[in-house]
Amino acid sequence: MSPALVIVLRILAALGLMLANGVVLIYMLRKVLGHLHLRLGPVHVGPKGVFQTTMDVLKLLSKEDVWPSGVDRALFYLAPMVVFVPSLMAYAALAFSETWRITDLATGLLYTFAVLSIVPIGILMAGWASANKWSLLGGMRAAAQQIAYEVPLLLSVLPVVMIVGSLNLGDVVLAQDGMWLGFLPKWFVLPQLPAFVLFAVAGLVELNQTPFDMSEAESELVSGFATEYSAMKFGLLFLSEFSNSFVISALGVTLFFGGWLVPWVSSEAIQPIAPVVFMIKVYIGIFVMMWIRGTFPRVRIDQLMQLGWKWLIPASLGWIMVTGLVMKLWQLGPQVVG
Amino acid sequence: MTDPRDLVTDVGLLAEGAHDPGSPPAGIRRAPTGVDGLTTEHLVINMGPQHPSTHGVLRLIVEVDGEEIVAAETSLGYLHRGIEKLAETRRYNQLGTLMDRGDYVSGMHGEQAAALAVERLLEVEVPPKARWTRSLVAELTRIASHLIWYGTFGLDTGAMGQFLYAMRDRESILDILEAISGARMMFNYIRPGGVVADLPAGIDGRIRRFCNGFDAYLDEHHALLGGNEIFQARVQGVGEIDADTALAFGLTGANLRASGFGWDVRRERPYDAYPQLDFDVPVGTTGDAWDRYMVRMEEMRQANRMVRQCVDGMPEGDFTAKVPKVIRPPEGEVYASVESSRGETGVHVVSDGSDTPYRYHYRAPSLFACQVLEEILPGHLIADAVMLIGSLDIMLGETDR
Repeated sequence: MSPALVIVLRILAALGLMLANGVVLIYMLRKVLGHLHLRLGPVHVGPKGVFQTTMDVLKLLSKEDVWPSGVDRALFYLAPMVVFVPSLMAYAALAFSETWRITDLATGLLYTFAVLSIVPIGILMAGWASANKWSLLGGMRAAAQQIAYEVPLLLSVLPVVMIVGSLNLGDVVLAQDGMWLGFLPKWFVLPQLPAFVLFAVAGLVELNQTPFDMSEAESELVSGFATEYSAMKFGLLFLSEFSNSFVISALGVTLFFGGWLVPWVSSEAIQPIAPVVFMIKVYIGIFVMMWIRGTFPRVRIDQLMQLGWKWLIPASLGWIMVTGLVMKLWQLGPQVVG
Repeated sequence: MTDPRDLVTDVGLLAEGAHDPGSPPAGIRRAPTGVDGLTTEHLVINMGPQHPSTHGVLRLIVEVDGEEIVAAETSLGYLHRGIEKLAETRRYNQLGTLMDRGDYVSGMHGEQAAALAVERLLEVEVPPKARWTRSLVAELTRIASHLIWYGTFGLDTGAMGQFLYAMRDRESILDILEAISGARMMFNYIRPGGVVADLPAGIDGRIRRFCNGFDAYLDEHHALLGGNEIFQARVQGVGEIDADTALAFGLTGANLRASGFGWDVRRERPYDAYPQLDFDVPVGTTGDAWDRYMVRMEEMRQANRMVRQCVDGMPEGDFTAKVPKVIRPPEGEVYASVESSRGETGVHVVSDGSDTPYRYHYRAPSLFACQVLEEILPGHLIADAVMLIGSLDIMLGETDR
């Protein structure tokens, strides 16, 4: 095959994965929230309502594309794309197994965070362009949140990078192969538990997920930045949100839970089903996010800012220092991988 | 028996005035200042009547500096149905149907107030069984109404979980009330002279089963929402209403008691079976949203206690007094009030001797709670505004009448 064709196919595969994820995750969210809330969730379309999301996507595709009067037409049109395209790009560096990757990037982790940080710009654009005060407040919150939480999110993963000595997500997984003391999986969540907690909090903020769903905040800001959007433009905003939760969950699994590795099973034996293992772990992570979403109240915007600046950033800096000191004192230099 | 007006003068409100006349009134009439050293402008936001968390059709016009509210104005009347005017063309035993549609989440209390007023005009003696039955259904309704408040208060703070758990328990109560009155919402069960029908056979067992389960459920509810640290950080110390302000605005019910002023119509001006019932009136200290939350949670526990007492002590006898089919009370006027889920629900009837009221006034506690919003909102964030509306437990059906 020509290299160009391979690239096109890989991008299409990423797009397919993203869209399939969106459909599955929306159904999953409805069912999970439903059962958490003593309801059933969708039941009517298809067996156990499995085709409900498909029908909803068809509905979004066929709906009239509403342009409210007074919107900034160029920005209003661009914003869903600015949100959607980086979400798709973020799949590029994920390592589903040793061989299953869209690209093998040496700076995969940095790249993923870089493209994800474009998303809030789109949200700010959407909020500004909508000519709606609630949307504007939502967009502004997204910007403030982004500035406050991008830093601790990056800092929280630095200790792992320091241990591994590579930004390649595949290398990070391979570094977690093996056992400590013969029975503990060598997952970074054990020595790096504080880093994982910081990552989880900052990741939830980054995702706009409850309890930090500031820019959407349905009970406060109606629907935040998405208030004026309808039809597939809304669909793209929505899809990107679900896709991002997949990406952050995948990063969490890669960095702290051994990626496609299964404890007590050798990495060679797991190779044939590695992508399946990875997907299962990612979905467990997403389930936890949905669980939080179904239970927790929302923090207030000023409390969120205080948490970010006063606690998360100092804590993540402190933990980097601790990790560095321990590595230096016990001579635990970066392991050479691959 | 204490008249509320005496209470107000007792704490010196009428003598000194609750509001410093020098301070500017809360409201949107001030021009946007836009002078913060920078060229920032205040934003005037129209919150409601279609906003998702204004509990129906409350409209708030808020002026915000960033997200901080500098002034707020409530705009009412989106649910006006002319209940008071309609009452002038209704016969006395039809008033309950109108009251059901006022505070439609706790309809029994409105019916009770109307029935008490008419009975006072007629000077009719209500048989004990009717009085105990009324207290029973009133306390069940109180739990059902507070559960709605509990669920939506959580929604206002952004939590979804507790709402449907509250609905589960409310559903059991509505089933019981349906068995008693035949309706789940617009009961029309309490009539002048008593109640419309005797309690159905076997209902006491159902109510007891609910009561026994509900104590444990209430602990769960409290642990789920009140035990959450994010929720505590959201409500503690926010939206404080001190006793003076609460009295000056005419707040009653849990909103008043949360500020430490223990006024409860059931205790101060007892009616129906309340003189014989044993219950505590929970009071708060600072009057913040957390106190209002705690007072209402405790009220549910006390209501559950009273429901048990009502079932245990239910006397035998008639369920209604002998009241003519067409009631023509003597000329005169009377005020009767009950402690509804939201405060003192009162009915003032002026009779001209005909079969319909000459003038009918309905004192809705939520109307007063809406007014205090203008006072407490400035200085809080938009997110707090939503939470504070929920913490006051307003019901727009009775506000606009």
